Amino acid sequence: MNAARDIVLATRNLRMAFGGLAVFDNLNFELGRGERHAIIGPNGAGKTTFVSLVTGLLTPISGDVEFNGAAITRLSPQQRVKAGIARTFQINTLFRGLNPLESMVLALCERDGRSGQAVTSVSREKPQIDEALAMLERFGLQEGALTLTDMLPYGQQRLLEVALALALKPQVLLLDEPAAGLSTQQGHELFSQLVELTAGTTILFIEHDMNLVFRYAEKVSVLAAGSMVVQDTPDNVRNHPRVREVYLGV
Amino acid sequence: MTTLDTSAPATGKEAARAKFAGYFVGLSRWKIGEVLFWLALVGAYFVPDMNIILLGHILIWGLFAMSLDLLLGYRGIPSLGHAGFFGIGAYAAGFLGKYGWTEPISGLLFAMAIAGAVGLVTGRFVQRVHGVALLMVTLSLNLILYDAVHRATDVTGGDDGLQGIVIDPVLGLFRFDIFGKTAYWYALIVTFLLFLVARALVKSPFGLSLLGARENTRRMIMLGAPIERDVSFVFAISAALAGAAGALLTQTTQFVAPSALSFDRSADVLVILIIGGTARLYGAFIGAIIFLFMRDWLAALSPVYWYFWIGLLLVIVVSFFRRGVLPTLETLLQRLRAR
Amino acid sequence: MTSIATVLFNGVAYGMLLFIMSVGLSVTLGMMNFVNLAQASFSMFGGYIVVLVVQRLGLPFLVSLPIAFIIVGLFSIVIERLVFRHFYGTDDLTQVLLTIGLVFMSISTASYFFGGTYQRIDMPAWLSGQRDIFGLTLERYRIFIVVSGAILSLVLILGLERTKLGGMVRACVDNPRAANGCGLNTQMIFAVTFAIGGGLAGLGGALSANLLGIDPNFPLRYLVYLLIIVSVGGMGTIGGTLIAAVTLGVADVAGKYYFPSFGGFVIYAITIAVMLWRPRGLLGRTA
Repeated sequence: MNAARDIVLATRNLRMAFGGLAVFDNLNFELGRGERHAIIGPNGAGKTTFVSLVTGLLTPISGDVEFNGAAITRLSPQQRVKAGIARTFQINTLFRGLNPLESMVLALCERDGRSGQAVTSVSREKPQIDEALAMLERFGLQEGALTLTDMLPYGQQRLLEVALALALKPQVLLLDEPAAGLSTQQGHELFSQLVELTAGTTILFIEHDMNLVFRYAEKVSVLAAGSMVVQDTPDNVRNHPRVREVYLGV
Repeated sequence: MTTLDTSAPATGKEAARAKFAGYFVGLSRWKIGEVLFWLALVGAYFVPDMNIILLGHILIWGLFAMSLDLLLGYRGIPSLGHAGFFGIGAYAAGFLGKYGWTEPISGLLFAMAIAGAVGLVTGRFVQRVHGVALLMVTLSLNLILYDAVHRATDVTGGDDGLQGIVIDPVLGLFRFDIFGKTAYWYALIVTFLLFLVARALVKSPFGLSLLGARENTRRMIMLGAPIERDVSFVFAISAALAGAAGALLTQTTQFVAPSALSFDRSADVLVILIIGGTARLYGAFIGAIIFLFMRDWLAALSPVYWYFWIGLLLVIVVSFFRRGVLPTLETLLQRLRAR
Repeated sequence: MTSIATVLFNGVAYGMLLFIMSVGLSVTLGMMNFVNLAQASFSMFGGYIVVLVVQRLGLPFLVSLPIAFIIVGLFSIVIERLVFRHFYGTDDLTQVLLTIGLVFMSISTASYFFGGTYQRIDMPAWLSGQRDIFGLTLERYRIFIVVSGAILSLVLILGLERTKLGGMVRACVDNPRAANGCGLNTQMIFAVTFAIGGGLAGLGGALSANLLGIDPNFPLRYLVYLLIIVSVGGMGTIGGTLIAAVTLGVADVAGKYYFPSFGGFVIYAITIAVMLWRPRGLLGRTA
C-alpha cells in the first residue's frame, strides 16, 4: 500500500455470522481519504452486511471498525453519523409521506441539532431552509420539492436518497447500489451526476454493474468468500486472475 | 398558490425559492377554518337549549384524543392503554381536591406533571416493542392500573369512586355550578391553551422529526436522530395532555371513578381519533363531536343497542374512510375547489 | 376444603376452554398476520347456538357441539370472504379497530335477540354432579372438558404435522409469499384455516356456555385473555398456545382462590415481561 495514503475508514479482523452461518471470517479493509472506492463481489458475498457493520446497524462478533484511526465498533449508529459516516440504502429508504423539501429540512435540522426545538415553527429555521433549497437545486429536485416523495419518479427518489445523506456533510459517504432499479442509461446519468455532486467527499459504493464500477471508481475492492480478495485500481482488479476466476467468471 | 409579488421582477429561480421558503410559513399560518372552529365553540355556549354539559365533555374527549394524536398520528405509535394516563391525571386532581389542595389551576398542572412523568417512564421501555406486542404491553399496563385502582378501595373508594373532592372557584372568582357553565369556560380555555402547545409542537422541527420517524425510522437513525429521546419526550407530552383531560373531568364534576381509566375508555378514545382522522389535531375534536353527539342521540333512542351503531360506524370508517372523516372532507373540498 | 390438586384441575379445565377458543386466532395471526378480536364473538355465537339447540329445540347437548362448530365455521368463512380478506396487510391497529367494531355489533345483536341476562343450559345427567377420581372429588363436566380438550389438542397437533392441509398451513405460516410462489392456493388455505379456527372458537364457546356463562358481554370478558394467550404463546404455534392457555387458566383460577386481592396483576405483569423479552411470544420464531 501507498505509505502516503491517509486512511479514513478501516476494518480490522472483522468477524460476522448470522446464526451459524459465517459471513466474514477475518475482514480487513482500508478506505483512503478522498477516494471514490467501489466494493464488488458476487451475490451473497456480504456487501450490504459490510455497510451495515460500518454504519452500526449490525455489530460484529469480533474485530474493529476504525474511523480516523479510532475504534468506533461500540458506537451507536447515530454516534457514527455524528462522527461523519452517512449512508444510502439499496432499497429507497425515504420519508414517503413527506415532500423533498420537508425531508431535506428535517435532515439538516437533525444535522445541526435543531430537531429538539419544539416551540417555534419550522419556518423560523432560516439557515436550514435556505440550505435545503440550495441542496435540492443542486440535485435538480426543486421541481418536485413540494410533491409527496411517494409520488416522485423513481429516478428522482434515488437522487433524493443520496441528497439526504450528502446533506449531512459526511466525511465518508456509503452508497449501497445507488443505481439499483435504474436502466443502464439512467445509471450512467446518475453516476456522472454523483461524481460531480459529491466532489470532495470520500465515497464508498457498492455496485453490480461492472461498467459503472470500472468507469467511476478510483479504487476497487473485491469481496468474496468472506474476505477482501483484492484492493487495487480498477485496471489491476480487472486483470487480476483471482478476480476473473471468482467474480467475472472468465 | 402564493400571491405574486409584482414589485420584484423575480427570475424563475428566485420566484421558486420564495415560494418554497414560504411553504413552512404557510403550514403554520392560522387558517380561516381554524379560527371559525374555535369561535364556534365559544358561540355554541350561547345557543339556546344547548346541552352545555355534553359540550364540555366533547372538549375533554377532544383534548384526550388530541393527546393520543401526538403519539399515534404524528409519531405512529399506537396505544391501547391511553386511558391509563387520563386516569392518572383524573385521580391526581381528585386526591389533591380531597386532601386540601383545592386550587384548580395548580391542581391541573400538578396532575399533568404526574401523568407526564409516568408517560416518560412508560415511553422509555415501551419503545422497544412494535406491532401486536406493543398493543399488548400498553393494554396490560392499562389493565394493571385499572385493577389496582379498582381494588384499592381504602384509598380510591373502589367502584364507588373518590368522594369528597372540593375544587375552589377558578381564580377565586368563578364557582363550578351545577349547570356546567363555569366548567365549560374552564374546559374551553384550558383545552385551547393546550391545543396551542400541541399545535406549536407539531409545526416545530421536533414535530417534523416525529413525522420523519413515523415515516421511516431507519432513515432517521441514519440521519443521526436521537429517536429514543424523541419517543420518550412525545410520550411524556402526550401523557401530560391526557392527564390534563382527566384532571378537567375530575375538577368539573368533582368526582372520579375507576371508569376514568378503564379499557373501554382507551378503546373509545382510539375510536374517536380514528373516526375524526389522525395527524390533524382537529380530527380529535371532530371525532369527539361525532362520537358524543351520536352516543347521546343513540342512547336516548335505544339505551341498550346504541353500541351496535358505534361498532358499525367504526367498521364503515376503517373500511371506506380509512383516513378518517376530516381528511376525507378535506380531499373532497380540494376536489370541489379544483373544478 | 378444596385441595391444591382440585384447584389445579379446575385451572386446567378453564385453560382448555381458553385454548379451544384461541387456537384459531393464533393460527390466523401467525399465517395472515391478522388480529381478529371478533374471535371472542365467534365463541359467544357458539354458546348461543348451544342455548338454542339444547333449551329451545330440546336436542341433546352432545349434538349441539358439532352444530355449533359447523355453523360458526361457515359463518366465519362468510365474514372472512366478505370483510376480513380486504384487511390482510393493513396495520395491526386498523385490524384491531375493525374487529372491535364487529365485537360491539355482536354484543348488541346478542342482547337484542337474547336479552342481557345469562343463559341457562340444562346439562345431561352424565355430565352433572361430581365424581371421585384418585381420591379427588371433581366435577364431571370439567373432566369432560379436560378430556375433550386433550383429544382436540392431539388431533390439531397431529393434523398440522401429518396431514397435507397441515403441511400447507405450516408453509403459509412460515412464509406466505413463498408458499404462494410454490403454487399453493394461499387464499383457499387462508379461508379453510379461518373456517376451522372460527369453528373451533364456536366449539370453545359452546363448551364454555355451561361453565363460564353466556351473556352479551362474553366477548369483552374473554377478549383480553385470548389476546394474551396468543401473543404470549407465540402466534401460529399450537403448542405455545396450549401452554399459554393452560398456564393462564391455572394462574387465573389459583390466583382468584389463593390471592383474591391481587386480581389480574400477575397475569398482566407476565404478559408485559414476555412481550418485552420475546415480542413474538414464548414459542414464536424470533425474526
